[in-house]
Formats: sequence, C-alpha cells, structure tokens
Amino acid sequence: MKLSKLKKGQSAIVKSVDGTKEMKQRFLSFGLSKGAEVTLIDCSLTKSNIEIMVDTTLLALRREEAQNIEVEV
Amino acid sequence: MECNSCNDEHIGKRKRKRGKNHCTFENKEPIKSGLEAIKIALAGQPNVGKSMLINALSGSNSVKVGNFSGVTVDKLEVCFEHHCHLFDLIDLPGTYSIDGFTQEEKVAKEFLVNEDYDLILNVVDSTNLQRNLLLTLELLELNKKMVVALNMSDEAEKDNIHIDTKQLEKILGVKVIKVSAKSGQGVEELLELLHNEADKQEREVSNVIFSDPVEEELIKIENFLNERGFSYGDLTNTEVAIGLLFEDTKLYKKLHENPIMIELYPLLIDSREHIYTHHDSKDIKEIKLAEHAAIARGISKEVLSAKSKSKSLTLTQKIDSILMHKYFGIPIFLFFMWGLFQLTFEFGALPMDYIDGAISSFGSFVGSFISNDGLRSLIVDGIISGVGAVLLFLPNIVILYLGIALLETTGYMSRVAFILDGFFHKFGLHGKSFIPLVTGFGCTVPAYMAARTLKSEKDRLITLFILGFMSCGARLPIYVLFIGAFFSQEIAGNILFLIYISGALLGLIMAKALRVFVFKGEDEPFVMELPRYRMPSIKLLWHTVYSKALGYLKKAGTFILAASMLIWFASNYPKNSSLTKSYQTKIEQAQSKEQKQNLENELNSKLLENSYLGVIGKSTEAFFAPLGFDWRLTVALETGLAAKEVVVSTLGVLYSVGEVDESSDTLKEILRKNIDIAAALSFIVFVMIYLPCLAASSVFVKEAGGFRYLVYLFIFTTTTAWVLSFITYNVVKLLA
Repeated sequence: MKLSKLKKGQSAIVKSVDGTKEMKQRFLSFGLSKGAEVTLIDCSLTKSNIEIMVDTTLLALRREEAQNIEVEV
Repeated sequence: MECNSCNDEHIGKRKRKRGKNHCTFENKEPIKSGLEAIKIALAGQPNVGKSMLINALSGSNSVKVGNFSGVTVDKLEVCFEHHCHLFDLIDLPGTYSIDGFTQEEKVAKEFLVNEDYDLILNVVDSTNLQRNLLLTLELLELNKKMVVALNMSDEAEKDNIHIDTKQLEKILGVKVIKVSAKSGQGVEELLELLHNEADKQEREVSNVIFSDPVEEELIKIENFLNERGFSYGDLTNTEVAIGLLFEDTKLYKKLHENPIMIELYPLLIDSREHIYTHHDSKDIKEIKLAEHAAIARGISKEVLSAKSKSKSLTLTQKIDSILMHKYFGIPIFLFFMWGLFQLTFEFGALPMDYIDGAISSFGSFVGSFISNDGLRSLIVDGIISGVGAVLLFLPNIVILYLGIALLETTGYMSRVAFILDGFFHKFGLHGKSFIPLVTGFGCTVPAYMAARTLKSEKDRLITLFILGFMSCGARLPIYVLFIGAFFSQEIAGNILFLIYISGALLGLIMAKALRVFVFKGEDEPFVMELPRYRMPSIKLLWHTVYSKALGYLKKAGTFILAASMLIWFASNYPKNSSLTKSYQTKIEQAQSKEQKQNLENELNSKLLENSYLGVIGKSTEAFFAPLGFDWRLTVALETGLAAKEVVVSTLGVLYSVGEVDESSDTLKEILRKNIDIAAALSFIVFVMIYLPCLAASSVFVKEAGGFRYLVYLFIFTTTTAWVLSFITYNVVKLLA
C-alpha cells in the first residue's frame, strides 16, 4: 500500500521508493529507502501534508510525494 | 595557552602544497616561522550543532572570522591557535548528502573534491546516528583523512543511547570521538586528535562492506587491478574499484587516458549490469544511496544500543501535538507572529527618539565646525540625515533578527512551513516562503536574504520577485500622509489595513502567475526534517544577531552613505545663483517673518525645479501623466527608488513647505488642493507595487544572482504598478 494510506500512529516497512530522480535521491538522503521502518505521525488540516518518522528522524512531506513510497504493514 | 615552549616536535610534517594562506594572524606573532595552519573541512548534516562546535573549538582564541562566499551559500572560515598548532576551519554548509542537486550540496561537494585541505572533520548528531551515517559514508569515499566527532553525546547519554565508538572506528576505519559542544566535554581531546591525525603520514582506509552483489563486483575489479600491478596515487585498489563502479567523475577524468581503461571498460559494464539487475534500477547514484542506507542501518544495529525510547523525541512529539495541532497550529503561529511584530515596532520605537535626537544634535554639532556652506550642506543634510534615517531602524532590525534566529534555532520554523505549505502550495509557493514574506513587512532587505532558506531556485526566485508587494515599514509614512489628506480619521485605520492586505494578496496572485507563466516546471518536493526542539544557545543567538547588526551598520556606512550623497547632489545642483540672488533681495525686503518663510520656500522649490532631479522629473512626466501624476509626484516616486522614506520629504520640499513629516497639516492641505482623489489613490497603488529601495535592489541583485534579474524585476513591478494605477485612476475618476 501507499505510505499516504497509513493510519495515524501506524508503522510499516518501506518496500519501494519511486518518483523523479531528484525526489528519489532526496528520499534516500533522509534514509527513506527499502527496508526502513516508517511511522505516520500526523496530517495537516487539509491533509495535504503528512508527518512521518523514519528511524529517529521526523520528516514532513506532501501527500502527493508520499504516493511514491510503497510500504508493507 | 601561551606557546613559548614550542619546539620542533610540535611542528607537523604535513606535506601539502599551500595555496593562499587565509589565516594571517595579524594580531599575533606567529609562534614559529614556517608553522602552517592545519586546514580542516567541517562537514555535517543540518542541525548537528556544527556552529556551536566551532565556537567550542576555537574558544576565545579565534583570530579571524571571515566570510568568503560561494554563489549564494557562504562557507565560513575560522582560524585559531591551540597548543602550538594553528587551526584553519572551513565550515561547509550543512547538507544531508553531498551528491545532490541543491546549491548547498554543490558548494560542499565542490570544496571537498577540489580544494586542498588536511582533513575532514565530520560532525555527527549522536541522537540521530543512523541518518547521519549516510553523509559519513559519502565522505569516506572521498578518500581523505577524516575524523568523526559524535556531537551531543551528553544528550544521547541522557536519552540512554550508547554508541560503541571502538566498534564504530573498526567499521569506518577512521577515528571516532565523543564530544559535546554544549558542555565542552571532549573538545580538548578532539583538538588533540585532529592535529595528531593531520601529522600522520598514512591515511586510514575504510573497512565499510557493501551488499554481497556489490562486493562481488568490487572484488572482480580489484583482482583485475592487482593482476596488472595497477596503483593510483595514495588510493588502494579497493578504493579505485569503488570509485570506478560508482562513477566517481574525478577519478574517471584522471584515468581516462590510462591504457588499462580499455580492458577495464567491458569489465565495468558487465559489473554494472549485474548491479542494475540486482537493484532493479539503472541509476548508479541511486543504487549507491540505497547501499549506503543499508550499510548505515547495519552499522547502527551493531554499535548502537538504546534502552528506552528517546526522551527528547518524546518531548518533541508532545510539543508538536500542541504547536502543530490541526486547528490551533495556525492561530498559535499567527499569535507568535503578531507578538514578534508588536515587539519589533513597540520596543523598536522606544529608543528611536533618542537616536533621532542624537543624530540631529550630532548634525548641528558637526555643522558648527564647517564654515563652507556647500560642504556643510553635503555633510549635514546629505550624509548625516541620510545615513541617520537608516540608523533609526537599527533597534527594529535587531529585534526582528532575534525573533527569526529564535524561530530557526529552536526548530519551530520547519513546523510552520509544514502548517502553511498546504495553503502556500496552491499559490505556487513553498511552505518555507512564509519567513521572507513576513519579514518583508518590516524591511525588504533582510527579507531578500531570508529567502535563502528556500532550496529550489524557482521557489526562491518567485519569492524574491513578489517580496516587494509586502509593504515595508518605510512605505508607511507615505500611506499615512495620503490617507490623512484624503480620508476621514474614522476610516483611516481600515484603509491602511486594506493597503497592506491587498499588497499581500496581490503578491500571492502574482506568485501564481509567475509559477504558471514564467517559472514553469516541476514543484520543489517538500521533504524536510522536523528537527527536535532544542533550547537555543545564548552565545550562538548573540553571535547571529551581533553579526547581522554589524552588517546592517556597514551597509549604512557604505551604500546608504553613497546614495545620500547622490540624492543630495542631484537635488542641489546645478546652482542657479541669479535666481538665488534675486530672491535674497526679496527676502531681505520682506516685512513679516511669515512672508520671509514663504519666499524661502518658493526659492527652494524653484531651485529644485531646476536641479538635476527636477529636470529628470519633468522629462519623465509624460510617462506618468496617464496616471494623474504631475512632475512633483513623479520626482517623489523617483527619489523613492533610493529610499521610500525620501518620498515624503521630497513631496514636502516640492510643495514648498520646507522640511515636513507625515503629520504636517499644511502638506496634507496642499496635497488636497493640488491633487484629486483619483490621482492620490493611483499614487498609493503605485507606491505599493513599484521597485523597492536602492539598498533592497542591490541585495536583490546579489540574492537573485545577477543584474539582469533586477532589470526583470524593474520591468515586472513597474508594468504592474503602472497598469493597476492606471485602472485605479480611471475607475475612481469615473465614479467621482
């Protein structure tokens, strides 16, 4: 399933990272790569942005960018 | 410490071709001639406490802190002396990776790959080891001497995070040391370690192990190189193999004429194919990053033991649950901003009267010593009053910067970007744009600089282009003057609010237009770290605010000084002595004081009409005529290009009432008599939109990265201002 589909507080393992070259590299440089554990922390009011935790890092990203990340609960 | 006992054994045997030595130690005698500074490149991810560590390392011993700038991102250089060693630290911009696309990453990579230095000091946040290791792994592949400093080790210990440094050293192959920049723990040892490493002849070799498929290919390449007896520089053949497999461009450049490459190419192509299949990707950079991520995860498992969930992370999430609350997040942020502006304007206004008084008495004090009229006028009316008008805002600037520094260092800024991104994104702006936009209501100069926080070039340019629409503090006097002249007291406040709001809205609409028509293309991804909340270090805050204030003063002393002289000259020359003489006789013959005053004002306005400034105003009158402006309003707008404060005083002089401020009733009345409401509103609209002052424009050139952008901005703002003023003028005329 897509990372953006996770429920608040739910954790999952990253299966694949997609997107443009630039975006993929951005994700990877934050440690968002295959095998990483992610937790959805919160969404913004309009649900356009989400907050996740990767390892010990809190990350903010847009929902449409989160579509590029496939996870497995 | 004093270094009288330095002997030869202290002096390193560093062999390095020295370029220009940046450390000049002007104030001190070099301890021993021939002693060279150890040049250290400081690299680390953002929010690892790098600046604080620099302060701790250099202590009060810091000799010279200077900026030498890259394109838009500065590298900072600090020189100091410690135990008979000179240190030269180059602080590179904080980056998550050095292989990426952002400007900071390019600056850091460019320095690390091409510049000459003794070793890399990699600063790592102990509480975020795994992610920090991603950069460490990239740095290792540069094959330079390196030391890893595990910063914030005290915080990690409090969080029950234990890092096995010995094991980490074994894996990375370079020295690892725990430090805390905050408490100073381990700082002495780090300095010791740094010069020991710098003095070593041999460089350590990293022992990092890639995934099995990659290692297999590496061994194949390495074996081939060994068979041919190949060696290159001080690199081991494993390092050469890694460089070749992962497309190290510098290495390829060096090797491409080497005959061995002919045989290597098929081997490399074959190896790549294997790896592509394994990783299901054809992007070698991406594969390397993925490999690094896996390695970092492995290392972190091996050396890290965390007993419980991090306390600081728990605390951060608790604070976030309030500050980033779905419904309260935005109101809380607005409240903070409101508070900051209240402070900026209220507290900033307190010392204003004193500064104002001090400047004018300084002016008359200086004036009393100068007998030559022209020179006195230049110094007192030109330089002192011009520069003084800018100095007046120093308290506001200091408060605003303190607020922004607080937002930045505590970690709150990225939260606000998160909250606002959804709304801003609709207008083609990035969440982070809000900082410069809000700053723009104070002064456009720091706002332009604040736009540096935006990573994407397009986002940054759009933000820079619309920043002028946020009416700065210096435009306020103009609004107050015109509103006072044409509207009743009761609705004045609302009109003022309307002006500011419509400016901001216009900015957002223009941002959208620029995004759709000019800066097209992919949006900058919004992926950003929300760092843990940290108490800001007072020392660092002080340092930031102090250096900003100093920069502002420097600008006042150089740029504003020159601009003031220019305006003074253009409004005073060419001298018209016959006119002056004829009026002087009239003034002498005048009966009452009032009559004298009127004649003097008349003379001043005639002189101004014939000055260079007046001539310029008259010649451009035709351009502004369709907007309802006469030559006087035209001149006022043009002098306003130097500084918006000047518009009011120019109007005052031109409409012959001598020196005026915005509350002067006579000027209001004269304006009401001379200008109709349509022209007045059209003037307000023009002031709202047209080019910011000269100081801001010069900063704009620097930040946007070229003079041509100022030309674009000039055309963009002038056209918008002209069209909207034209519409305003004609609509109001029709209605009235």
